[in-house]
Amino acid sequence: MAEKTAIVLEGSRCTVCATVAFPAGVMCSKCATPTAAPLDLSTRGVLWAYTIQRFPPKSPPYVSPAGGFTPFAVGYIELPEGIKVEAIIDCEDFDGLDQAPVTLVATSPVPRFAVDRDAKEGATK
Amino acid sequence: MTQPISIVGAGLSKFGRQPGVSGRAMAVTAIGAALDDAGLSWPDVQVAFGGSDGSGLADTLVAELGFTGIPFTNVKNGCATGGSALFSAVNAVRSGAAEIALAVGFDKHPRGAFDPRPEEWGLPDGYGEAGLMVTTQFFGAKISRYMRQHNISADTLARVAEKAYRNGVLNPNAWRREAMSAETIATADMVNDPLTRYMFCSPGEGAAAIVVASESATKALAARAVTLRAITHRTRRFGSFEVFSPAVQGNGEPTSVSADAARAAFEQAGISPGEVDVAQLQDTESGAEIMHMAECGFCEPGEQESMIAAGETEIGGRIPINTDGGCIANGEPIGASGLRQVHEIVTQLRGEAGARQVPGTPRIGFTHVYGAPGISACTVLSV
Repeated sequence: MAEKTAIVLEGSRCTVCATVAFPAGVMCSKCATPTAAPLDLSTRGVLWAYTIQRFPPKSPPYVSPAGGFTPFAVGYIELPEGIKVEAIIDCEDFDGLDQAPVTLVATSPVPRFAVDRDAKEGATK
Repeated sequence: MTQPISIVGAGLSKFGRQPGVSGRAMAVTAIGAALDDAGLSWPDVQVAFGGSDGSGLADTLVAELGFTGIPFTNVKNGCATGGSALFSAVNAVRSGAAEIALAVGFDKHPRGAFDPRPEEWGLPDGYGEAGLMVTTQFFGAKISRYMRQHNISADTLARVAEKAYRNGVLNPNAWRREAMSAETIATADMVNDPLTRYMFCSPGEGAAAIVVASESATKALAARAVTLRAITHRTRRFGSFEVFSPAVQGNGEPTSVSADAARAAFEQAGISPGEVDVAQLQDTESGAEIMHMAECGFCEPGEQESMIAAGETEIGGRIPINTDGGCIANGEPIGASGLRQVHEIVTQLRGEAGARQVPGTPRIGFTHVYGAPGISACTVLSV
């Protein structure tokens, strides 16, 4: 069995109505029929809605990083397939995140996208 | 053909911290108050529905109320538990299965309660490890996007909470009874941007009960009945944006379960939102009240900014909202909130709200409860 090397989010798409789901499922939640098939989602999108997590979430279940908790951005990434996926957002600062272009950098334990540095620098020039 | 139904009794326990008093004891108190209000006693109740999120099973209350043998069904629908229980009680009377039915909701949450576990929501454990099982994130993300889209200011967020605390001062049964300035609210610790700690309701304590009756049973009672013009209950449709969702499906703007439930309620009642004199809208945090104003049909998105600045949602305003201080001033005992809202509208329509009474004899009221993940129940009431 070939090992997957590229980072990709595994979703699904209905073979009847083309509705996309994440995580992947067999049922299409729009048609309410078992008509969905696996689909690798795009790795680039834009930030659709977000907030900043200012306080350490309750632990457990939260596992804080080695250096301790620091506030992080969390939100929904709109992908070209027609779905917004919840993700942690890697960014240098919390300003100007609305509609920021982002790229997938990790899929586990949850999707993680990073703000495209080039795009942001371009926007501020 | 639906039967005319009336609310003949409404009762509350105290809200807020009550050391040594169990949630079940609060439920018994609320039921007793609702029955007294109706001029009834427990053996008169022919069917009951109720629930709490974390304070026990409602049907076990028969040990304190009396073993009358009636069907008593437990309801567990998150923040919409009270609304779901009332919907079931009304339908039992409409079906002819009972003449008199009771709905009860109660909870006693400790400080910092609510420990949602990923598996209970159908999510992988990773969502907990990564710090995404935090309810307030959803509210922050939803209102911050809404504010950008519809030009709602952070000042307006603070004003909604300021109104809640101000109304709480006028409500002897509220938990939070001290006024707080918009500035204090706006500059408090940020929880999830743009929402500060004083813009959120807190897990709280309390119980509420409502007794409904058929047309003939209502006529036989001396109770000051309030007519239930409509009650609706919905779960989310495809494409909605809810708490703890790994994704929002579909293109375009998300659908809203609150809009669906409210629209159906107004249609059922044959009443338009513009005719409502007093309303209770789910205010889990200030942004929720703002968004629910539009989702329930009281304005277009964006109009809240000028409406709130002009005081239109104050007790003396054009459409008073959350006159009892809402969830922000009463706290959120999950099971009870939906029925507390109905209690407040019944009290207002009877003209018995004391210092917080809406002036000018309000005749039509509306309630809206919303719970995760995408449940809503609405009522239209009139006298």
